[in-house]
Amino acid sequence: MVEVIFIWIAAGLTLAIFSFLYKDNPFYKVAEHIYVGSAAAFWFLYLWFFDVEPKILGPFKEVFHKYGFSGMWAHFGAEQWILFIPIFLSICMLLRFIPPTAWLSRWAIAFTVGMAAGLGVTGALQGYIIPQTQATLLPLWTGNPLTSFNNLIIVIATLATLFYFFFSKEHKGVLGVFSRIGITFIMIAFGASFGYTVMARVSLLIGRIHFLLFEWLSSFFH
Amino acid sequence: MLFLYFIFLLSPPGNVKARDVPNDAGGKIEVTWKLSPDDSLLDFYIIFRQTQTEAGWSTPETLMIVKRGLSKITDTDCKDGVKYRYIVRAVKGEEWVDSSPSNIAISSAQWFHKKRASALILLIIIVGLLLFFIQKARKGEELFIRKITGLDAIDEAVGRSTEMGKPLLFTLGLGTIADIPTIAGLSILKRVSKKAAEYETDLIVPCFDPVVYVAAQETVKEGYMEAGRPDLYKEGNVFFLSYDQFGYAAGVDGIMVREKPGAIFLQGYFYAESLILAETGNSIGAIQISGTTAVTQLPFFIAATDYTLIGEEMYAASAYLTKDPLFLATIKGEDWVKILLIAVIVLGIALETIAYFLKIPLLHFLKQFFTII
Repeated sequence: MVEVIFIWIAAGLTLAIFSFLYKDNPFYKVAEHIYVGSAAAFWFLYLWFFDVEPKILGPFKEVFHKYGFSGMWAHFGAEQWILFIPIFLSICMLLRFIPPTAWLSRWAIAFTVGMAAGLGVTGALQGYIIPQTQATLLPLWTGNPLTSFNNLIIVIATLATLFYFFFSKEHKGVLGVFSRIGITFIMIAFGASFGYTVMARVSLLIGRIHFLLFEWLSSFFH
Repeated sequence: MLFLYFIFLLSPPGNVKARDVPNDAGGKIEVTWKLSPDDSLLDFYIIFRQTQTEAGWSTPETLMIVKRGLSKITDTDCKDGVKYRYIVRAVKGEEWVDSSPSNIAISSAQWFHKKRASALILLIIIVGLLLFFIQKARKGEELFIRKITGLDAIDEAVGRSTEMGKPLLFTLGLGTIADIPTIAGLSILKRVSKKAAEYETDLIVPCFDPVVYVAAQETVKEGYMEAGRPDLYKEGNVFFLSYDQFGYAAGVDGIMVREKPGAIFLQGYFYAESLILAETGNSIGAIQISGTTAVTQLPFFIAATDYTLIGEEMYAASAYLTKDPLFLATIKGEDWVKILLIAVIVLGIALETIAYFLKIPLLHFLKQFFTII
């Protein structure tokens, strides 16, 4: 019985969301607000139990239980002391709610953005630039005409795409020709990606329609 | 007890060696051994680990069981600085035989990954080029940046929205503040907020990530201040919406159809919600300017929005919009990095092609240099 109730709720919300395809309406508004509200509750609990509790409080708990509040400080190791940095930054962030100290939240943002920029540079190098360069170092003749042609396309597409992303020169003359070839390859790649992703989305829709037809409608006959 | 041969029918695995895994963050020891001559008859091997304590070697603990034919494992549960040794037991039914203990191994972390030297060298070159062009810009050299239509359209979009008496909507997508596209999106947000303040148009910024929300608030506030209109800044217009992907999409869609913004900016990192947002924006007749580095979402933006910043065009935004010589210098430096990469690729292709015909392994050196493990 409980299962049937939940199927009805899920089907009702699915249809309410689908009703947006017609136009904005009260059913969609109700579903939207339930979704946003329940997502906020879910993520609060998720972040508490999977981030704050195990990563911030967890390492202190054991020492606290063993030595008590006054004794635990002497028994903190590197694992505990290092956590005071994120705790400090978190407090800085929360100080936004107190107007005279709100400026302190900028420290936390500055730290995060700086760290992200630094990691982004090495991450892009090791994750994209070097592997892409390595994968483009291909022989133009491999003994197999099809593989050789494939290699040629990879090489031309990579080089032309690099030319498209030249910003400090006007795209005229030879650079203009190469950049046009580059954007053509980019669009071909996007076309392929578009078709591939649409297929994945259609499979999601099929999943939802399957739920409505075979789980929800079939509950009428039980 | 463990080192005694209980059954004499089986031959033990030999030459058990343990070593710290190189180029790692520590905590790992690699154990190798020579297979037992009776390997094909065995059921499996058991690997035991002993830890050195003040009282001597600890009782062997079972580390893992591996099938016959395998002669290498990695112990990923080591403490750095602790001495370990390993014993490999060959097992067949009720019979078993132990190897001699391995050498002593201690795991440790390495500061430098030797096989990633290419990344370091490239990084030094990139930084060198950037510094060189920044220095040139400081000396007053004129630096050019080509037209980027999507960025030129920002002023047009804000103006059109103002004329229609409608607000602007700006979304930074689902990226966190640690994502570079989000940071690039913030620089575009600053420009949009400055223009919104100049034209006295409302700017709505629903945020997905709480930290991005704080950064967006600061950015918009700064934009209004730069325009000399801090009085027009409405804190409630920059708000946290939801940390759930489709909850966020549903919320932004709702705002679009109810507030009917005249211009929508989709700038940041997007996932599957990209088309939902862009199509809703399209359905209300808003002028839309999108930008992302997410390759799988760019096709949707190109199909459903008026202007799209493709990948690196987003990163060039701050230089393009501010025309700050120092920012322009970084763009120039990046272009020279691209020239360098093109040269390397052309050279590498030539070497690989020659290597195919002449069969000289040495000619693969460039490809090997760029191989990161």
